[in-house]
Amino acid sequence: MSISYPILSFVIWVPIIAGLVVLAVGDRRPAAARNIALLGAVAGLLVALPLWTHFDRDAGGFQFIENAPWIDSFNANYHLGIDGISLLLILLNCVITVLVVVAGWGVRERIAQYLASFLILGGLMNGVFCALDALLFYVFFEATLIPMYIIIGVWGGPNRIYAAVKFFLYTLLGSLLFLVALIYLFNVADGSFSLLDFYGLQLPLGAQILIFVAFFAAFAVKVPMWPVHTWLPDAHVEAPTGGSVVLAAVMLKLGGYGFLRLSLPIVPDASQQLAGFVIALSLVAVVYIGLVALVQTDLKKLIAYSSISHMGFVTLGTFLFSAQGVEGAVLQMVSHGFVSGALFLCVGVLYDRLHSRRIADYGGVVNRMPVFAALFMLFAMANAGLPGTSGFVGEWLVILATVKTSFWYTALAATTLIFGASYTLWMYKRVVFGAPASPQIAALNDIGGRETLVLGVTAALVLAIGIYPAPLGAVLHVSVSDLLAHVHSKLPMQ
Amino acid sequence: MSFLTFIAPACAEVFLLCAACAILVIDLFVDDAQRGISYTLTLLALAGCFVLTWLGLSEEQYAFNDMFVADPMAALIKLSIYLAVAVTLVYARPYVQARGMFRGEFFVLILFATLGMMVMVSANHLLTLYLGLELLALALYGLVALQRDSTAATEAAMKYFVLGALASGMLLYGMSMLYGATGSLGLTDMADAIANDSADKVVLAFALVFIISGIGFKLGAVPFHMWVPDVYQGAPTAVALFISSVPKLAAFAFIMRILVTGLGADWLVAQWQWMLIVMAVLSLAIGSITAIAQTNLKRMLAYSTISHMGFLLLGILSGSDEGFASAMFYVMVYALMNLGAFGMILLLARPGFEADTLDDFRGLNQRSPWYAGMMLLIMFSMAGIPPLVGFYAKLSVLWAVVDAGYLWLAVVAVLFSLVSAFYYLRVVRLMYFEPPLDPSPITAPAATRWVLSLNGLLMLVFGVLPGPLMTLCDYSIELSLQ
Repeated sequence: MSISYPILSFVIWVPIIAGLVVLAVGDRRPAAARNIALLGAVAGLLVALPLWTHFDRDAGGFQFIENAPWIDSFNANYHLGIDGISLLLILLNCVITVLVVVAGWGVRERIAQYLASFLILGGLMNGVFCALDALLFYVFFEATLIPMYIIIGVWGGPNRIYAAVKFFLYTLLGSLLFLVALIYLFNVADGSFSLLDFYGLQLPLGAQILIFVAFFAAFAVKVPMWPVHTWLPDAHVEAPTGGSVVLAAVMLKLGGYGFLRLSLPIVPDASQQLAGFVIALSLVAVVYIGLVALVQTDLKKLIAYSSISHMGFVTLGTFLFSAQGVEGAVLQMVSHGFVSGALFLCVGVLYDRLHSRRIADYGGVVNRMPVFAALFMLFAMANAGLPGTSGFVGEWLVILATVKTSFWYTALAATTLIFGASYTLWMYKRVVFGAPASPQIAALNDIGGRETLVLGVTAALVLAIGIYPAPLGAVLHVSVSDLLAHVHSKLPMQ
Repeated sequence: MSFLTFIAPACAEVFLLCAACAILVIDLFVDDAQRGISYTLTLLALAGCFVLTWLGLSEEQYAFNDMFVADPMAALIKLSIYLAVAVTLVYARPYVQARGMFRGEFFVLILFATLGMMVMVSANHLLTLYLGLELLALALYGLVALQRDSTAATEAAMKYFVLGALASGMLLYGMSMLYGATGSLGLTDMADAIANDSADKVVLAFALVFIISGIGFKLGAVPFHMWVPDVYQGAPTAVALFISSVPKLAAFAFIMRILVTGLGADWLVAQWQWMLIVMAVLSLAIGSITAIAQTNLKRMLAYSTISHMGFLLLGILSGSDEGFASAMFYVMVYALMNLGAFGMILLLARPGFEADTLDDFRGLNQRSPWYAGMMLLIMFSMAGIPPLVGFYAKLSVLWAVVDAGYLWLAVVAVLFSLVSAFYYLRVVRLMYFEPPLDPSPITAPAATRWVLSLNGLLMLVFGVLPGPLMTLCDYSIELSLQ
């Protein structure tokens, strides 16, 4: 707590302002736009690093608080603060923003607008993770739609317009109901939008259930949970590489984070009452979507379905109401951020060279791209949840937590270890091994320095988290136990 | 009391009347090449009004035997009217110049319309109210028909005139019943008579129906909206810009005067609340759904106006000070957004080319990233996406509605705003995701460019910091409706 400057404001506004500068530089000077964007992204990461070093791991509650009046009429404040859960997601977001900017170096068309969209998006998502005022949270949460809509629609694939509009309207529908719930809470809380005031409310169960449903509409669509997941494969397939990376790595986490920051603490009774329902949907995602991923013929679609299946673990862990489950969920979010981001980057590498996403068009890539194949292997294993990679940690914790709740939940959840390995490794085999499938593949060049750097850094992080996750856990323990204590304290029945 | 202090609260109106007459005369002596003089004088007249209204800003003051009231709400609305009219003139100049409408009539009609609105806003008497309304309406009929040779414009003017006359008739009929029931035309006296229970309730209820129908016509709320799309499409774009933005500010004040000051008794509020609910929900529904099918941007904006008027009615019908303040904020934000949207059409228009279909916005991002960005801000603001100001306008109205106990109405409004997001998104889609049909660069005078850029950026500025404007609306309503 020894930081004297408004660090969270820097974390939010540095990337946004850098993005606006890049926009102002414009497409006529692409080199300058690239350099400024990289500078902005790295600066965004650097200003966030003190959060990690200065975060007090033993203190409960929120840290690095900033609070200033914002809209008097609504008594809304510019109220920022983070706990361990937000800290990890902010760092994830900052790292991914840098990676995406580097990975987007080669984009030809309207490079300044492309890079600026990612910087602004990154800043807005940091805002979501920092906001302690419900209105501020909503503003950041919704504002992310605008850059993402542009990213998918301008730089996306052939069917990008359909995907962009579907993405926008689907998520907007969820958020609008969320907004009505916030307005209701504002009235109940005697004219306050502060999340901390919302936490103190004692609401009747009926109202809680309605609010839970409205929250659920916003967050479940974002996560996305089965059966409101259908926008995601479309969006992922059509989005440019960077768009898919940010979407999978960070944007989906807004949903998981929303459950932890709003649903659980504000409507704990309804969350407990409806936990069975959410767990059931999560298990459907894990099992059924896992099977759906198995039969995909499109690389990006396969990874998109695998994302949905992995995010099922996040919601599953969240609604088990145990420390292991929630910590597992958060670690799974962080790990999935890196792993799915890296997998989309790998697909981007292949797509840049062959302009195809069909698995059938590939084969024997290893013969020409050994370095790439090795890194891709690592991420595929992480996606399958191999011990020693980050993918293992979260899934293991969630499965441990599930065992304590019910054997049958565990049996279903554990199938992911089989399905995940099946679809990932089978895909890897078809793409990478064998003899070169076509003359184009026989003429491939291995990844260059920039691509190696991006994938190498991600690989190092995936391994580091997998081998020694304790520092992440240390950040989470107090925040998670606080959250659960709060949830349980409001239960008169238990 | 000397004559001067007697009319002091109305000094801005008196000044504008003199200025308009002077401009009418001066314009006779300038030829087409020097028409800029009339234009400059018109802007100066508005600036003069702005100063006078600003200086006269104070507690409630009455003039002309209580027929005229100057209160903070009137002042704030009038100040926004001056600004909106000035912006209209700046946007309209190249367009009307290219189409032979840059003549004295244009300026004088706009000034008289402005004067009509000012009288409406400050009326405390049914006669004053009607006088202002008719002055506005007659000037608008003339403006729509200003392009004499255009059949579309003439047709629109006829339609507007006939339906407008019908609406005025209804209003007058309602007003006569009010007079019969309360024995007074003054709004304050009327309210007293109703409060004393000395008025016949059946007659009052009938009067209310006619008044609300008249308001519905003037506002363009469903089911009295038929004229809106035709007039917007048929009128010259510069005039459509004026009609669609500025009079809505005055219409808000009109509703406040007659429904809240005059007919604000509890049992009457309960009556008009339900009428407004029906009109609001229908406006939201028809406005949002029909706009999807439009290919003409002016027509699309007409339907979008209808659905915005639905939101405005939601704020008013919640019947609380917060609700009125939210409606006031909404109408100001609406005027700002609408000026920007029509300003973009005028920016793209060239001599002989109207740029009023959606296809004309294709690929704007490749022609001019800056103005595509401005239009993006305006469209997302209209759709109510944060962090743009349109979001806070919707939010404050929704909050007032929930606060008044109509949670279901908020849910309905939210669902229709999802529908309306679809067609605003379509404009953004055309600008950003499609290649241009016509790659010619944008030529517009510097004044238009600067004001339009400011207009677009205000979406973002008020979007990040909406507090001051909202507080201003809260205060002015609080001070005006004690």
